[in-house]
Amino acid sequence: MTGELAIQADGLEKSYGEVTVLSGVHLAVPAGSVFALLGPNGAGKTTIVRILATLTRADAGRARVAGHDVGRDRGKVRRSISLAGQFAAVDGLQTGAENLRMMGRLAGLSAAASRRRADDLLAQFGLSGAGGRRASTYSGGMRRRLDLAASLAGSPSVIFLDEPTTGLDLPGRQALWQVIGGLAGRGVTVFLTTQYLEEADRLADLVAVIDGGRVVAEGTPADLKRLVAGSRLDLVLAGAAAFAEVARRAGRRAVTADPDGLTMGIATDGTAPQVRALLDELDPGRSAIRSFSVHTATLDDVFLALTGPGPVANDQETAHA
Amino acid sequence: MPDVLTMTARCFRLTTRQVDALLTSLLLPVLLMLLFVCLFGGAIHTGTRYVTYVVPGVLLLCAGYGAAVTAVSVSQDMSSGIIDRFRSLDVTGAAILSGHIAASIARNAASTVLVFGVACLIGFRPHAGPAGFLAAAGLLLAYVLAVSWLAAAFGLAVKTPEAANGFMFGVAFLPYASSAFVPIATMPAWIRGFSRDQPVTPATEAIRGLLLGTPAGAKPWIALAWCGGILAAGVLLSGVAFRRRTA
Repeated sequence: MTGELAIQADGLEKSYGEVTVLSGVHLAVPAGSVFALLGPNGAGKTTIVRILATLTRADAGRARVAGHDVGRDRGKVRRSISLAGQFAAVDGLQTGAENLRMMGRLAGLSAAASRRRADDLLAQFGLSGAGGRRASTYSGGMRRRLDLAASLAGSPSVIFLDEPTTGLDLPGRQALWQVIGGLAGRGVTVFLTTQYLEEADRLADLVAVIDGGRVVAEGTPADLKRLVAGSRLDLVLAGAAAFAEVARRAGRRAVTADPDGLTMGIATDGTAPQVRALLDELDPGRSAIRSFSVHTATLDDVFLALTGPGPVANDQETAHA
Repeated sequence: MPDVLTMTARCFRLTTRQVDALLTSLLLPVLLMLLFVCLFGGAIHTGTRYVTYVVPGVLLLCAGYGAAVTAVSVSQDMSSGIIDRFRSLDVTGAAILSGHIAASIARNAASTVLVFGVACLIGFRPHAGPAGFLAAAGLLLAYVLAVSWLAAAFGLAVKTPEAANGFMFGVAFLPYASSAFVPIATMPAWIRGFSRDQPVTPATEAIRGLLLGTPAGAKPWIALAWCGGILAAGVLLSGVAFRRRTA
């Protein structure tokens, strides 16, 4: 990381008809880093990628990628970037090697250079044995790897990966993580979107959490984990009065609360001493809490913790934006 | 320009590897011709042997059919992620479409040669000099080029490859309402005006005249003008549709 920015977005806005997809997105991605845009379906991740990759124009705001404005210098941006996505964009009827050679040629390499590049990429992505086979015969994981390899054919300086592991099984996901991790060491800037907290944690130097078309938190994975504890202590309360009492004591630590069902979730690191201390603190009389269980925090907890007091308030905020 | 070559090579490979589609586009025209000449031909009286009358029209029917396949292949590209990959590599819409058009021309050249060969086997006897053959081939090429671009525009305008398939029916219908299979004078009065003034009629009669060495008059020029008009419309509409689709 040189301190130089590979991607810079200021106030990106985008609507499709009545639907506001992005309402003022700011991003700053240092060159050579792995940046993860983390968010649920419909948060606007793909729209951001499409705007930064010059495929869609923003309604308002500006963005620079690899030093060029995505609106005015589309051609220059396109020569510096590549795109791989959740829908592996390779021709099933061409072999793996043919797909890679084609991408090399389109990226401006000579026939000989694109052949060498294709061989290198096949080896690097563990596809040497499959290079002569049609891509339609590949497994889902192999297709994603080929797609990723194809996006590298032109030696781009910024790579956009839109949900690169969505739909893969765990071994396929882990194999891909290894490959993406390998890219980072070579000075390439990787911008990836994901719905998986674990994926962002594993791969990214910096994470931005997006919800309802705006960035709600950003920082290193460690920063974010400090914002949201790793686990959640779920409580079942004895009655309405007990619920009110415990809710008062928990304050902002309550990430979920359901007064009707008399349940409440409290952020915790999940260790026995902390859970014990929490139970004692929240229920000194030892009668308000009927039962409890501890869960590993899910992405839902992250969003609940990051997007404010509750889903209702958050929806209103989005609607006003 | 190098992108056009790369895209053309891609479309060639894709075409030759869709074995079933390729066989259909090569064999269907031959079967259609056999159907008309051997099954219907005996009942149709055109003043000459029916094979002599019908072959020019069959060549056009096949060319139109083969060119219409372009709508489906373009639509397939547009509805898969690969279009974004191409665009992010700064490949222009013109280069992407040119690849499809080039593949269409190659496919149609192959099926035309095949149909022509079988036609000669079942009794078609052209009486044309090299200039006549060349002119007929040139006209067919212009027709394929024009219909392919129009098909590309259609493939860009519709949302799914299934819908793009519909273009084929429109193009396949035109030759039936022309002088390709039966003389226009034998048709009901209300349709004669349409049949006379639609593009397939002058094209058929021009190719008939050129291949049989009979006077074709202004027909080749009228046919060429039609092709030019359709080509211009196809290219223009493709440009508009591509921009709308990728906005």
